[in-house]
This record gives sequence, structure tokens and C-alpha cells, in this order.
Amino acid sequence: MSLSTQIAGRADVIIAGGGVMGAATAFFARQLGLSVILLERDLVGQYASGTNFGNVRRQGRFLPQLPLSNRSRELWGRLPELIGENVEFVASGHVRVSFKEEDSQRLEKYAQDCKPYGLELEIYSGRQALERFPMLSPDVHLVSFSPLDGHANPRLAAPAFARAARRAGATVLERTEVLNISKNSEDFVVETAGGQRFAAPQLQISVGAWARRIAAAFGEDLPLVPKAPQMAVTEPVPYRIHPVIGYATQEEEAGVYLRQVERGNIVFGGGRRSTVDLEAKRARLDPLNTLRQMPHMERLLPDFARLRIIRTWAGIESYLNDDIPVMGPSHLVPGLFYAFGFCGAGFQLGPGVGATMADLLARGQTEIPLAPFSIARFASAAA
Amino acid sequence: MDAPVIVVIGAGPAGTRAAQTLACAGLRPIVLDENQRQGGQIYRRQPENFTRAPAKLYGASAAAATALHADFEALRPSLDYQPETLAWGVSGDMLLTECRGHADAVRFDGLIIASGATDRIMPCPGWTLPGVFSLGGSQIALKAQACAIGQAPVFMGTGPLLYLVAWQYLQAGVKPRAVLDTSSLTTRLRGLGGLRRRPAVLAQGLRYMAGLARAGITLRSGIRPVRIESRQDGETPCAGAVIWKDGQGRTHRTDCDAVGIGYGLRSETQLADLLKCDFAFDATSRQWLPVTDRDGATSRAGVYLAGDGAGIRGADAAESAGALAALRCLQDIGRPVMEGEMTRLRAALEPMNGFRHGLETGFPWPWRHAAGLPDDTVVCRCENVTAGDIRRAAGPLDSPEINRAKAFVRVGMGRCQGRMCGLAAAEILAAARGVAIEEAGRVRSAAPLKPLPAKIRGVVT
Repeated sequence: MSLSTQIAGRADVIIAGGGVMGAATAFFARQLGLSVILLERDLVGQYASGTNFGNVRRQGRFLPQLPLSNRSRELWGRLPELIGENVEFVASGHVRVSFKEEDSQRLEKYAQDCKPYGLELEIYSGRQALERFPMLSPDVHLVSFSPLDGHANPRLAAPAFARAARRAGATVLERTEVLNISKNSEDFVVETAGGQRFAAPQLQISVGAWARRIAAAFGEDLPLVPKAPQMAVTEPVPYRIHPVIGYATQEEEAGVYLRQVERGNIVFGGGRRSTVDLEAKRARLDPLNTLRQMPHMERLLPDFARLRIIRTWAGIESYLNDDIPVMGPSHLVPGLFYAFGFCGAGFQLGPGVGATMADLLARGQTEIPLAPFSIARFASAAA
Repeated sequence: MDAPVIVVIGAGPAGTRAAQTLACAGLRPIVLDENQRQGGQIYRRQPENFTRAPAKLYGASAAAATALHADFEALRPSLDYQPETLAWGVSGDMLLTECRGHADAVRFDGLIIASGATDRIMPCPGWTLPGVFSLGGSQIALKAQACAIGQAPVFMGTGPLLYLVAWQYLQAGVKPRAVLDTSSLTTRLRGLGGLRRRPAVLAQGLRYMAGLARAGITLRSGIRPVRIESRQDGETPCAGAVIWKDGQGRTHRTDCDAVGIGYGLRSETQLADLLKCDFAFDATSRQWLPVTDRDGATSRAGVYLAGDGAGIRGADAAESAGALAALRCLQDIGRPVMEGEMTRLRAALEPMNGFRHGLETGFPWPWRHAAGLPDDTVVCRCENVTAGDIRRAAGPLDSPEINRAKAFVRVGMGRCQGRMCGLAAAEILAAARGVAIEEAGRVRSAAPLKPLPAKIRGVVT
């Protein structure tokens, strides 16, 4: 039996991992004419991509990430026409609230620094802030408002991209776990738990928190740590709060954020993150963290205290010690690409990462500056 | 060494007997109960200033009810009894509770969950109208508050509770318009073998039916609900008639001013789920249940289940199971127990299993109705999700199981976390995909098990 008869599928690119990064890459790679096989161990968008807060936020990001984030924002605005499905994106604005002088100063400085990147923020202080956002606590010190940011439904986004990719001709296989990856002179050969083998000259790793083992196998170990952000949702109340609201603070526990969905429920999260059992694929949700969120939520939004919490959940995200993702080509292996470790801020980037990775896969280059995200920055540490 | 901390959840028949057994062994168990007063659902007590006689409230079970109440009152000094307290979450080896906005965390050495059951609901068009109650809700209104759901109610569904509630309404002076049972007489005969395991209970059930028939109440079997129609009552439309088909397929209309529906009971298993106890599919009741051994021990060390929360066997079985689980818990923490007593309780519970099987066979969950529900029927009433939405999740959105459907169309995502709609929603999904019901899975539980006030403070704040 020759090698080729054992190959279940061959394509221009294999994407391991069907989170929003993998699914969006599959979609945009098809747009650029590449043949694509997407392999997802469980269900598309089941982990970080489907359980995150749903922030479509640019303000507050690491500045060199803004070109990517801007590209993504532009794509969010065109999503229904691009992928044929509505994932509940609303460009209702994003509010960052400070209660302290030092936090206000940081917000004001950022509003200046982000201008060259084309991000225009509005600053409101004291009474002005309260007039503009009357739902906030009366002692608000300063508000930084990003009018074109917003939020979307994370449970819908990645699956919608995967369906669009499939409609465009990509092979999307769920419940297909990658067990082993080898590379011969031409191809990456990917073996699955079901005993299937797939081959492609290019391979993208976008398996989120589970990426460390694969990267290490290619000689690129890095300090990727899984953490579980913890979310919760209130009962539905009349739809009054349109922008996303976040507490701008340096204190981890106080860093809560919220958004109200049109259905009326207020989704919120933030503060302490919980731990993760990667083997069991479970976030260890700690309801005590929900209790810890309560006073900060009330500080931000006094009327919150009148509501009731109906559900909590946690997802499995991955973080790097410099809080910057890994994205772009492998430093060591030609044809190998990475997109993972988005440090709790990946959802907004999803469409932009997909389009940018597709550029790299199809053309070998992209206009988006990716140098800050290179895995090469960990090369010396691992050596 | 500190005395071991044993927590009992629920103060119904199972929880009460578990607490009693623990107290008799010299421990001081913590008893957490959501209700204001002890008694559980079946032996729910009326408010302090109500004076109806037990015979009126509990019928043939009056003696059992009063004994349970009296025994509990006698135990009170030996218990750390916390009424109006919700066990809403688990953090490590701590149980998280809430009482009137105050949070607490209880570290336990043993936990006996006697969380009981709620109505098993099969939706039908119109079931979310004002004036439609569950059978359990209809009974609570009467028992706790001496209120009827209407002056001319229809009771529809299946199971012994259908007849008991109708009979209790009749005793309270409200004549039901009809009692409509989806199980046929032939089906019920099939369950007779199991039901005979407890002849006294069977006889009591037959007496209720006879009493209803003597009062001239329409009793129909083998019916199929078509819809509940509304009538205009002032501003609000509310339940006004039940449209149903008889066994021959003829359509009937029964006018009414309220409807009580219920198709047997479903175990409240969320807490065992949060504790990560193993679950297995129970073909008899077509639901996923925590795995327990004959004493109620779960797969998690130190966690026990007793009463209807472990499987529907009724109040008498719950009393025995509560005592047995407590003895097993004592044994597991190294306390001496009377082996003979455990053997006696196991033997007492044996016929209850056959009886339970008889109930499920004789009054089966009409799961086939789910596939026939019109697309516009609301299934998840918290989130207003229709049968058609679930079918869209099952088909075009390719959800292999109910939690994926939940993520896509919000079924089971609301206040009740699928406790009301979860079983029916899974049946709709399984039917739409043409797979066995066990493949549709079960709605995963999440803290808080019931809505938690955001004003909550305590433990960490």
C-alpha cells in the first residue's frame, strides 16, 4: 500500500483547532482560493471562543496590536454579508470607567497614544460622564468611550465562520482529535485519534490552551499558561444599557465588565480567574469568584444590586507572560504557522486574525505588522 | 478531633429521616432547606397561622405527615436547622449557601442530598398562558395557601399525582371539569405488576379515582393534548379551554378557567451534577440520574442521595432511603452502626423499586408527543424558545446534543436552567436527529442552582 492511499485528505493547508481563530482562517483562506482542512477535537468554538465575554473592544489594547484589531473591527462590521449569518454584533460602543485619578490619567494618556493608529476615543469626566452614561455610579471619575466598539455573541461567531468556510468548500471535521504531526520533505502529515491521516504543505496551529505541546514538539516551547475567566449572567431586564462597560483599574479583582444583550440579560465577568484542568478539558469554575465580583459590579452599576444572577460559566483561555499572543510563522519550521495565546483578548481579533493568517498562508505576506507577536521572542528562553 | 460535619439538603421525608438518624448517632447535622417550614413538598406544612386539619391537607397520608412533622420538632435541639436556605454552588469541598441575601460556605465531611423532585412537563401549545400551573404548583397553592388555581380547573397529564391533586381539589370544594390522562387503560394494566408491589398505595389510588368518578368528574384515559386555548379575562388572556383528542382520535373541547399539567416527576439532580457525581441514563424514566448504590452512595466519596432526588419512589421510600443513606454515611466515617437496621431498610426499599418501575410503565412519560409538537410551541418558557428553534439547532446548526443546542438557541439557558423544559427539549432534539434519547444528553448544571440575589454578601465580601 502506497503512502498516498492512506491519506484521507490533502489540501493546501491543514488548520488544527476550530476556535474562532481556526474557523475564521479557514473561511478567509478559502476566499483566497486555498483548499482547507479544519480539524477540531470537539465542537467548533466550544472553549475560549464560545465561552468568553463577547467583547468587540479595541480601546485599551497593546498599541502595536491596533492595526490587527482595526482590521478585525472592519470585518466585524461586514460579517452578515461576509459569512451569511448574524452573530449579534452591535457597534454600541465601549465604556471604560475609572474611579481614581491615577486610572483616569492612564485612560487619558491612552486616548492620546492610540490616535496615530486611527482609534478615536471620547473622554468624559465627572458630571459629564454621568450625563452621558447615567447608569454609572455617581462617583465616576472619568470615562473613556470608544463609540465604534461593541459586542457580539461568542457562542455563535466561531460556528458561523466554520459553516461559512464549509459552504465555501472547506473540509471541517469536528470531533476529530489530532494525535500526531510529522513532516516529510513536502508535507505535514496529521494523524487523528480516529486513525485518519491528512496531508498539506502548510499547517496552522490554533488550538488555544493546548498549543504548548505541539509547539514544543517542533522545538518551540513557550510559557503558555491556561486560565479560566469567569462569567455570569443576570435574569433579563428591559434593554437599557447599550455599550459594553468595563472597570478600568490595576486591581485584578476589581476589573469587572458587563454588557446587556438585546434579550435583556446582563452578561458580566472579570476579576479573578479560575484554574483549568487541561487533561479533563474543564475550567474549574469557582462560584466564590462570582461572589467577589458582586461589590465591584455594584460599584460600576448601582442598580445591578437589584438583579438576580441566573448562571455562571468559565472558559479555557491561554496566556503568555508578556500578555501578547503568538501569531505568525514558526521561527524554525517552514510552512508551520501559529495563532494562539490571545491572553483573554482574542475574540475581537478573530476575524482579523483569520484574514491576516490567510494572507500569510496564501501569499506569504501580510500588510498587518506581526513582528511583536512572533514566537521567536521566546526562542532564547526555551534554548 | 472535631466532630464530623454532616450536611443534609432538604427537610422532606428523606432529609428528615436522615437528620434523625444522624442525631440519634450523637451528631449534630446541618439541615439546609429552601422552604420556610419543614415537611418537603408532599408533607408541606401550612403557614403557622393556618389551622386546617391534617386529614384535609394530606388525606390518607395524614398520619405519616404528622409523624414526620412531630419527629422533626422533637429533633430541633439536636439539629443546626437552616430554613429558607438555598445550596446554590460548590467550591472545592465547600457547599455554598444563601439565606436572605447572605452567603455562607459549609465544609462538609458527609453530604446527604434529599432534594426531591419537580413536575415532569411535556409542553403543548398554550401551556405558557396565565392560568396554567404544574400539578405540583396546583397542589402547593392548595396546601400552603388554601388557594385553588381556578374554580373550574382541568387536570391533565399522567401519574398518581394527577388523581391525588384532583381529589384534593374536590375535597377543598373545587370540582375539576375533567381529569385527562395520556396513559391508556391498557398501558396502566402493564404497570399493574409493579404497582401491586405496594397494594395499599395502589388501593388508595383507585379510591381517589373512584371518588372522582362518583362526584361526576369526567375521567378520560389515553388522551392526547392538542392545545390550551385562551379566554380574555380583562386585559390578560388566560387559559380558557383544553382541546384534546381521545383514544379514537376524536377532538374534544373542555372549557375551564385553569389547567394543572404534569407527567410524573423528575428528580432534582443539579447539586449532584455540580459535585461531579457520575450520572447514567435511566431507561425506565428516560432521564439521566446520578449513579448510586443501593444505600444511596454516589461516585463521590462522602456524598449520598436519598428520596425522589435519586429516583422517583415516593414518600414512604424516601423515609427509608433517608435513614439508610445516613447509616451508610455514619459507617463510612467510621461510626458504629447497626448492620441489622441497614439490612431491614434495604429490604423495605426493595419492593419500592418494582413499584417505581410499575409507575413508569403504567403512567409513562409521553415522550413521543415531543416529536409532534408544532414548530411554534414554546418549549423553554424562560427564554421563549420554540420547538422549531430546537429543531433548527438540531438540523441546520448541527447540534449533536442538548448543550450545543442551548449554546445556539438558548434552550434551557434561563432562570430554571432547563429544569422545566430540559427533558422535553432533549426529546425534540433526539427526534429531529433520529437518534436515541440518551445521545441528546442532559442540560449541564451551573451555579447558582437557583437565581441568586446580586446583593448577596458574605464569605469573601
